Amino acid sequence: MVGLATVFGAGGGTSSYQEAEDADLIVMWGSNARNAHPIFFHHVLTAIERGAKLYSVDPRRSETAQFADRWLGLHVGTDIALAHTVAREIIHAGLAHAEFIERATTGFDDYAASVEPWTLERGEAVTGVPADAIRELAHAYATANAAQLCWTLGITEHHNGVDNVLALCNLALLTGQVGRYGAGLTPLRGQNNVQGGGDMGALPNKLPGFQDVTDDEARAKFDAEWGATVPAADGLHLTEMFEAMERDELRSLFVIGENPAQSEADVSKAIELLSSRDHLVVLDIYLTKTAELADVVLPGSASWCESEGTVTNSERRVQRVRKAIDPPGEARDDVDILVELARRLGHDWAYDRHEQIWDELRRLSPMHAGMSWARLEELGGIQWPCFTDDTIEPPYLHGRLWADDPADRGRPAPFSVVEHDPPVEALDDEYPLRLTTGRRLDSYNTGVQSGGYRSPNRLGETVDVSPADADRLGIADGEIVRITSRRGSVEAPVRIDPNLRAGLVFMTFHFPDEVDVNQLTIDATDPKAGTAEFKAAAVRIDRIDVASPVAGE
Amino acid sequence: MTGTTDTPVTLTIDGREVTVPTGTTILQAAGGRSESGIPTLCYGETITPKNACRVCMVEVEGSRTLVPSCSRPVEPDMVVRTRSERVDHARKMVLEFLGSSVDLSLTDGVEEWNAEYGAAPGRYGADAATVAQPVKVDNDLYVRDYSKCILCYQCVDACGDQWQHSFVIDVAGRGFASHISTENDVSLPDSACVYCGNCIQVCPTGALMFTTEFDMRAAGTWREDDQTVTETVCAFCGVGCNLELHVQDGTIVKVTSPPDSPITHGNLCIKGRFGFQHAQNT
Repeated sequence: MVGLATVFGAGGGTSSYQEAEDADLIVMWGSNARNAHPIFFHHVLTAIERGAKLYSVDPRRSETAQFADRWLGLHVGTDIALAHTVAREIIHAGLAHAEFIERATTGFDDYAASVEPWTLERGEAVTGVPADAIRELAHAYATANAAQLCWTLGITEHHNGVDNVLALCNLALLTGQVGRYGAGLTPLRGQNNVQGGGDMGALPNKLPGFQDVTDDEARAKFDAEWGATVPAADGLHLTEMFEAMERDELRSLFVIGENPAQSEADVSKAIELLSSRDHLVVLDIYLTKTAELADVVLPGSASWCESEGTVTNSERRVQRVRKAIDPPGEARDDVDILVELARRLGHDWAYDRHEQIWDELRRLSPMHAGMSWARLEELGGIQWPCFTDDTIEPPYLHGRLWADDPADRGRPAPFSVVEHDPPVEALDDEYPLRLTTGRRLDSYNTGVQSGGYRSPNRLGETVDVSPADADRLGIADGEIVRITSRRGSVEAPVRIDPNLRAGLVFMTFHFPDEVDVNQLTIDATDPKAGTAEFKAAAVRIDRIDVASPVAGE
Repeated sequence: MTGTTDTPVTLTIDGREVTVPTGTTILQAAGGRSESGIPTLCYGETITPKNACRVCMVEVEGSRTLVPSCSRPVEPDMVVRTRSERVDHARKMVLEFLGSSVDLSLTDGVEEWNAEYGAAPGRYGADAATVAQPVKVDNDLYVRDYSKCILCYQCVDACGDQWQHSFVIDVAGRGFASHISTENDVSLPDSACVYCGNCIQVCPTGALMFTTEFDMRAAGTWREDDQTVTETVCAFCGVGCNLELHVQDGTIVKVTSPPDSPITHGNLCIKGRFGFQHAQNT
C-alpha cells in the first residue's frame, strides 16, 4: 500500500477483476495466484481463453507459471534488477509512452539514468533470466493495448518490498499501462480484508479513508465526531512495535486476530518479546499460541459468519459480511467487546447496530460517503471511491492522468529511483541454499483456520528441493532432513520438485506446530512498510544420519 | 457463452411479440427458466449450453426439427411455440427415458414435469436398463453418486476450460455406457482434483454432493426447509468471493456461491467451499 500511495496518492489496486478478463497481456510478478488467489486466477484464465498472453515472473515454476506463455524464473530478490532491465529495453527500443510520460509523470530523466546500466546482459547475469526472455517481456508489456501487472507477497515480503513495488509502478508509468480500462496495477491482497483494514485507518499514519493523521483539517473532523483529540503523530507499524518492545518502551499489547507467536519471522525472538510484556491481551476466535501467552484472552467472533459488517477486497470493492451462525459459548461479537472495553475505560460508545458504525465512517471518509448498506446490498458491493449516494466511479483508478486539461490531471505521478539491493542474507559456503516461503492451495497462513477441515491433498510441511540439489546432497523423496539457518533449525521431509531451480528450496508456514519454519526466516524488514523478508533466507540442508546435532533448536 | 449486443430482434413466442437484443436465446427471450415454463435439465446459467438433455426443445416455424431453446439464438421474425403436441411428446419421451434409467429423486422440477407431460418412467418396467451403481466415497469432502447422473456435462465443463481448468473429469465410454470418469477411472485422491467443488455447484441432479449433505441425508437429518442461506464473503484471501452459507440447527452444512456474482460466477476454491469447519460450534 505504501508503494502505490507514494506514486498515485491512493493505496489500492488500480483495476477491477473484470478488466483482467479484457486485458491482452497479464503479468503475474511474484504471485502464484493459481494457488493463493484461485478465483482471481479464473478471471486470468478467461482472459487466456480469449487470447490474452500470460507472463509469470517467479523464482519457482509455480502452478501459475505452468499456465503462462513464458516463465521468467529469476533469482530470489532480483525483482528490481529485472524491472530495470525491462525498463531500459523499453526505452532503448523506443517503446516508452512519451506523451504519457510528458503529461502525467515527473522524474523521468533521473529514472532513465538510473536504469541505464541495466543492459540485457547485466540483467541476465544478475537475475538468471535469459536476455531474450527479458526482451520479450519488455516488448510485450510496452506494446500491449491493455496490460495488467499483478503481484503478491513475492514482491512485498522482502527487506525492500516497497522499492520492489515502486519499480513495478515505474514500468506502468513508462508505458502508460495505468489509468485506462484494462491497464493497471493489481496487488493481490494475501489476507482477507487487508485492503479494508487500510481503508479503515488500521495503518499507523492514517485515519479512515487514507486521511493523514498529520493533516490538521482531517483530524479536526474526527476530533469533533469522536469528542476526543486524535494524536497528531504517526504510530508504530508491526515491526516498529517489536522494536519498541525490544527497547522495552512498549510494555503492554492488545492483539486482535493476529498470531505473531507463529507468524513473525525469527519467531523465537518474537515469543520472547511477547512473553515479557507487563500486560498482553489477545482477542481471537481461538486459543492461538499468542493467546496462550496472554494475561487476558477475549473470545471473539468469526467476522465472516458470526457478525455483521463489511470487508474490502483486492479490487477495492466494499462488500457486506453477514451473520449466519452464533459464536460459541461465551464468545462475543468483536464490536461488543470493544464497546464494553471503551465503557470500562470511561467512554460511552453508543452503538445499537453495526450499521451505525458504518454510517459514522461515511460521515468522516469522503471515499466511502456514497456507500450506504442498502446500496451495498443492492449493488453487490461498491468499489471505492464512492463519493455520493447517486454516483458510481469508473472501475479503474487514476483516469485523471489521461485528462487533456492539466487541472483535471492533478498531481503527476512521480517515477521513483530505486536500486537493486539483494537479499540481506547472502548465500555462502555454510548456508548455500536460498529458502523462500509461500502458500499451498488448501492451506492458509499458520493453519489455525485451514487446519479445521480434512483436505485430501494436504501434504503437511515439506522442504521442497530441486532434483539437482537432491542428487548433490544425496537425499531422497520423503527422507527427513535438517534445515538450518543462522537463526534456527527444523526437521522436515524432502519433497523433490522438478519445478524448482537448483539452489532454491521452498517451504510453507502452514504447519508451525509440526515444523516451525519461521525459526529459519529472517526478520530483516522493509523500513517503510515493516514487512519482513519471508521470501529470502540462507539455509543449508543436512542429512540427519550424517549431520552432527545443531545447537539452538 | 452466446454474446448479446444491443441491436434488437423482434420475434413471436406463443403468439406474443417480444423484442430482445441480438444473441439472446429463445429460452431467455421466453422469460428464462423461472418465467418461461420451459423445462430444463442440462442447462446451467454459468455454463455454455451443451444441448445434451433435449428437454427444453421448442417448435420453430420453418424448422424441420425441434430446436433446443437453451442455446438457439433468436432471429428476426422467428415464430416459436413453446408448447405443441410435438413439443409435449418429445419432452415426455425425454423425461421417461431419463426417469427410467437415472435416479432423478433430487432433481428440481421433475415431478411437476412428469405430471405436466404425462410422463410415466415406470412404464418400461422393472427390467429397464439403469445407470444404478454404488456411490463413490473416496475422500472426506464430497461424494459422487452416478446413479443420479444425466450426463449434462456441466461438471466436465466447470472442471475444464470454462472455469477451473483442472481437466480432471470427462465423459468416457459410448452410448448407454457413457459415464463421467476421472483419467483411467482413478479415485479422486489419485486424480488431479483440487476439490474446488465447482462441479458440485453446477450439478443439477444431486449426483455430486457435499459429504455433510450425503451423511445427513443418509441419517435422515437433512431438512432443507429448516435451513437458512446467508450471503457473506470468504475470509481465506483478499479476493472477496461471495459465499452462501447453508445453515441448519446453527451449523454450516453446505457452501455455495451465487452464480450471478461477478467475482466468482458461482465458483470457489477448496478453502472457500470446504474450509468452514473451523467456525463450527460442533
